[in-house]
Amino acid sequence: MKSKNTALLLGNEAIARGAWEAGCHLVSSYPGTPSTEITEVCAEYPEMHTEWATNEKVALEVAVGASFGGARAMSCMKHVGLNVAADPLFTAAYTGVNGGLVVCVADDPGMHSSQNEQDSRFYARAAMLPMMEPSDSAECLSFTKAAFELSERFDAPVLIRSTTRIAHARSQVTLQEREEAPIRPYEKNPTKYVMMPAMARGRHLVVEQRTNALKEYVETCPFNKIEMRDDLKVGVICSGIAYQYVREALPEASILKLGIVNPIPEKAIRAFAAKVDTLYVLEELEPVIEEQVKAMGIDAIGKQLTGHQGELSVNRIKKMFDEPIPTYAAPESLPGRPPVMCAGCPHRGPFSVLSKRKMHVMGDIGCYTLGALAPLTALDASLCMGASVGMAQGIGRAQGEQFGRDTVAVIGDSTFLHSGVTSLISAVYNKAPITLVILDNRITGMTGHQPNPASGKDIHGNDVPALDLAALCRACGVDRVVTVDAFDLDGFDKAVTQETAVNEPSVIIARQPCALLDKKSKKPALQIDQTKCRKCMACMKMGCPAIEKRDNGVVINESQCVGCGLCIQTCKFGAIGKAGERG
Amino acid sequence: MNLNLVIVGVGGQGTLLASRLLGALAQEIGLNVKVSEVHGMSQRGGSVITYVRMGEQVLSPIVDEGGADYVIAFEQLEALRALPYLKQGGTLITNTGCISPMPVIIGAAEYPGGIIEKLSDQCNLIALDASMLAQEAGESRAVNLVLMGVLANELKLDEQIWINAIHQCVPERFISSNLKAFEAGVKYRLG
Repeated sequence: MKSKNTALLLGNEAIARGAWEAGCHLVSSYPGTPSTEITEVCAEYPEMHTEWATNEKVALEVAVGASFGGARAMSCMKHVGLNVAADPLFTAAYTGVNGGLVVCVADDPGMHSSQNEQDSRFYARAAMLPMMEPSDSAECLSFTKAAFELSERFDAPVLIRSTTRIAHARSQVTLQEREEAPIRPYEKNPTKYVMMPAMARGRHLVVEQRTNALKEYVETCPFNKIEMRDDLKVGVICSGIAYQYVREALPEASILKLGIVNPIPEKAIRAFAAKVDTLYVLEELEPVIEEQVKAMGIDAIGKQLTGHQGELSVNRIKKMFDEPIPTYAAPESLPGRPPVMCAGCPHRGPFSVLSKRKMHVMGDIGCYTLGALAPLTALDASLCMGASVGMAQGIGRAQGEQFGRDTVAVIGDSTFLHSGVTSLISAVYNKAPITLVILDNRITGMTGHQPNPASGKDIHGNDVPALDLAALCRACGVDRVVTVDAFDLDGFDKAVTQETAVNEPSVIIARQPCALLDKKSKKPALQIDQTKCRKCMACMKMGCPAIEKRDNGVVINESQCVGCGLCIQTCKFGAIGKAGERG
Repeated sequence: MNLNLVIVGVGGQGTLLASRLLGALAQEIGLNVKVSEVHGMSQRGGSVITYVRMGEQVLSPIVDEGGADYVIAFEQLEALRALPYLKQGGTLITNTGCISPMPVIIGAAEYPGGIIEKLSDQCNLIALDASMLAQEAGESRAVNLVLMGVLANELKLDEQIWINAIHQCVPERFISSNLKAFEAGVKYRLG
């Protein structure tokens, strides 16, 4: 079965391949699990200009510009990224496209790596845009190719929605060659592309007409399929990953599989519903399809069985239909194994200082959100990309001057550039005396080491001018900007004392490259001299995975330790040092 | 042949390579296959789980509880945690190595004792010190290949199919030590 033209690809890799085969010219994105690999794989195809933008809004605007310029273009993001890009999306729905424009959005039911489990299908409905939903990697590839054609045919950006189990599952695909899509001619056309009231009113009518045309199209398009089986007792409407679960859990059920989830085919749904005894709509997250079906006056069972939370699965569906599943009993409560900051992580030092000082910490989105977990438990709040800087301003206004002095905002370098910098400008403008800590580890860590404008590298690893974060903060109007070594606990502590004392905005940049990135400068592992150790456990309060409490005392796991030296600074008894030269 | 496998371990232990190797193996023997991976936050030293399903037709990319023919565990505690995934009559292959999770490291919880005994009381268990065998093969990180070798001995497929799959998934410079680790796993039960 394995031949030269087949491959076992992640859904994300298949979307990238589909874009390439469709002749896509430009991809601009911001990383976000589970969407990141789409853009990383696009960067491997030299025919596509591929870039990391500073945020999803910028990314989509670059793609919109490319589309206006006649190129096929794509922008990819996670579900919460589409919130950031929603502004251009809603109006690009009015302008339509020139070259095909595809927007990929990856939802995360069950929140494997996200702060909420919002359902992106609402965006398609709200922006009146077509949305496709593939159910495996083969469909990721073929739907992406088709999405570019549909975009040009209906003069609309086309959304592709995936979920974690599609994005990060490998299945077989058939590969084809790239078909070049010549750059379309550009003509200035203000009534289509300049969205001010007079023109936008005209375009809204076009959007209505387009929606009607799409509603006709989805009745007979090849992406929606009816699979009638002999038994007509149970009929299920489903899409995406739920389709795979339903087919496996209910092999006898008749199925209406939606490949296009907006708009949905009313006539086909009515016909299907009429043929089956009981109609089910089995969808993850929100009842987006179910409510539309019910609004047609058709009875359907859905959320009352599935609930709104988490992922569906074959077992969950079997249980809904009372099918027993023999399993081993789950073991009695076991210690959990949450993700942790790596040994040598440069975020650990600053959080241990803030935690010790009992500061109020407005956190942000990245590896450093793990600072919320035991034993550091340093964060008070974490909301969305860039929110730390604004939240610090607001909570200071609410709780008063002293509380404000005991508060810091903590953000990573990439997240600061994504959407923290505008909030810093606002703090200066409104004379909010916040202290902002930028944890500058030179990279976008959590999503797998994507470079950002401060890294000095582009997506291909080429050298580019590295943005100077300190200079940027000064240019925002912050007079007090101090840079410290993230491994220097005393230095960081002093900087916090100084900067939180002043009645003006200040920035502390704590610098050290990500421990995973900087393996070359890994230092020899440290050891604890058991004759000097008083078992005070001060080093354990750092939450370093390389330091462990065993029956015979506290020991450093040499295979994990990267010699960052933080624990040396916490030991009052001089018990920790390099092997052979301690004390 | 229909085969459902669950691979569990701790982020950073090399479970992804094992699942990709099984994906390549399925393609070598002409079966359909789906491999479900873990990316993002859970990779930072947390519990990780990947699923591999192969057969004539594979629908869900996930192996549900009670569905795994084999659970392959890179660490004891994760083996016990993953027991509900095992199908009645399935086999659990585990490395006997332990990695303390953060609640244990900081003294908020205890690492459970007697895991291997508990497991062997309940299910078909193959427990081995895969870390040591990997070290002996000259590549301490090749725990994954040792465990794949044990699985190979169970599945009784032509060994050349495995070797082809290993060549597809392992970088050239690690091939020889990884093949040694694989062989050590294959021979483990043969004595």
